[in-house]
Amino acid sequence: MASPLTRDDVAHVARLARLHCTDEELDRFTAQLGAVLDHAEDVASLDIDDVEPMVHPYPLVNVLRDDEPGVTSDRDEVLAAAPLSEDRQFRVPAILGEEA
Amino acid sequence: MTALALAAAVRSGARTATDVLEEHLAVIDRLDGEVAAFNLVTAELARAQAEAVDAAVARGEDPGPLAGVPVALKDNLCTRGIPTTCSSRILEGWRPPYDATVVTRLVAAGALVVGKTNLDEFARGASTENSAFGPTRNPHDPSRVPGGSSGGSAAAVAAGFVPIAVGSDTGGSIRQPAALCGVVGLKPTYGLVSRYGLVAFASSLDQIGPFATTVADAVACLEVMAGHDPLDSTSIPEASPALQGVLADGVDGLRVGVVSELLGEGVAPEVATRTRQAAEALAAAGATVEEVSVPATRLGLSAYYLIAPAEASSNLSRYDGVRFGLRVDAPTTGEMMERTRTEGFGEEVKRRIMLGTYALSAGYYDAYYGKAQRVRTLIARAFAETYADHDVLLSPTSPTTAFAFGAKTDDPMAMYLNDVCTIPTNLAGHAAVSVPYGVGDDGLPIGVQVLAPALGEAVMGRVAAALERSAPTTPPPTLGSRPADATTSGTDTSAEGVR
Repeated sequence: MASPLTRDDVAHVARLARLHCTDEELDRFTAQLGAVLDHAEDVASLDIDDVEPMVHPYPLVNVLRDDEPGVTSDRDEVLAAAPLSEDRQFRVPAILGEEA
Repeated sequence: MTALALAAAVRSGARTATDVLEEHLAVIDRLDGEVAAFNLVTAELARAQAEAVDAAVARGEDPGPLAGVPVALKDNLCTRGIPTTCSSRILEGWRPPYDATVVTRLVAAGALVVGKTNLDEFARGASTENSAFGPTRNPHDPSRVPGGSSGGSAAAVAAGFVPIAVGSDTGGSIRQPAALCGVVGLKPTYGLVSRYGLVAFASSLDQIGPFATTVADAVACLEVMAGHDPLDSTSIPEASPALQGVLADGVDGLRVGVVSELLGEGVAPEVATRTRQAAEALAAAGATVEEVSVPATRLGLSAYYLIAPAEASSNLSRYDGVRFGLRVDAPTTGEMMERTRTEGFGEEVKRRIMLGTYALSAGYYDAYYGKAQRVRTLIARAFAETYADHDVLLSPTSPTTAFAFGAKTDDPMAMYLNDVCTIPTNLAGHAAVSVPYGVGDDGLPIGVQVLAPALGEAVMGRVAAALERSAPTTPPPTLGSRPADATTSGTDTSAEGVR
């Protein structure tokens, strides 16, 4: 069975989720998430590998429309909602260390 | 006045939509300072919609089944050009470039959109305390929560601000606040109502549904919203069930099971008593009622609190400061994303993101997320077996009446236990409705839940209507006698003011 949740685990998932946690938050989240995972032991401890997982209420099939141009969102309206755009594209700070 | 009565008056020309609207806006203006149900009141938008309804009536046209009915929308439903915040800082300033399908359908049916209601941030919570704009108060007692996450919509209907409101239900977020506020709240079958334009929380569980003061109003609103939508690939193609016509059919001969697992540990005695009274009333009306055991429902809470955070952590990865909403600047994109998310999300949202990321991470996927999905199969199978011998099931909606502010905010697990009776329905993709059934020893409303299999809304509606006919009275809230709380700013009905 999975090992008890550690402070390092919480710091790791915070990094994966791009969230910064203070030391105090790490302590609190470790205790609180540990309590939820303790409760989840009733599920995690079950021996049910022969049961099919259910990912969705219904069997999902791909739904595709005909490949014909239709009405889509207005590009300027979409870009207007962005924090920063330039030349009809989203603008972000430096990604690979180049000058922004 | 009910939504159906208002619509009948407007369609016949006895009242104008403008008159109905102004009456409701005046009540909101006077009393929402005490409740804080609204994040935003869209008075100008609603006035334009009311004029269009009145013009249609003047031309001799029928504006639709909800003609002139003021509706409030949970603020996670997209409204074109109108702020949609999910009660989160991270969507600050965002104006969606499109309307949710339910918004389009409600307006086409003659409804008037009067505002956007408060919620737990991104619909994560059971008390509406996790809102970046401050909590909504229960209209029956300002020291108590309205429930959540659709607390603003439930409170708006309970306070008489609107006859109908719309919410979303992922683990009980329509039914639990409906129970705590003493109104009807209906969670339809997964896929019956299009999710296009509903900001996603847990995509395999989310469903949009109505709040109302009567079962008839709730199903009238559902009939307008339901039906296939090509813009939602999980929208079911079958025709929606006809509901309004069957409500008076009674329950004679129906087989009702009272779920024993949902009446036991953790359920307040007064809530269990009301649920048993409801079962007796159905038996008196001709139904066959028996207690039934569905043991797998006991596993619902744990399965839900692995699956929902996992799906949420994935859905919330889109809030990165690039395409919409908040951006907190930093020298590199990586740092910008981290700062934006750290400052933009509240604590409960962060908790769920981390829980979900953990449940999905290498080494734990099979033990937690995978196992929870297998439990979901067990729950669906257990329901299928139970429904072979029963038309509907009965349980409490919430284990307790409305609790005090702050009572559970430091203990997430205690907060999560609020959803124990409502979660199994979402995991199975089924339908359920909460009907007010009197009050507890504290004078606060109690809700009884009717559960039905997928697309069982018609038989569920018949049982809900029978419960409504037999229900002990819930005294209306006494608003207007208290001074408005200075900490929750009032709403501005003269323009589109954001709280």
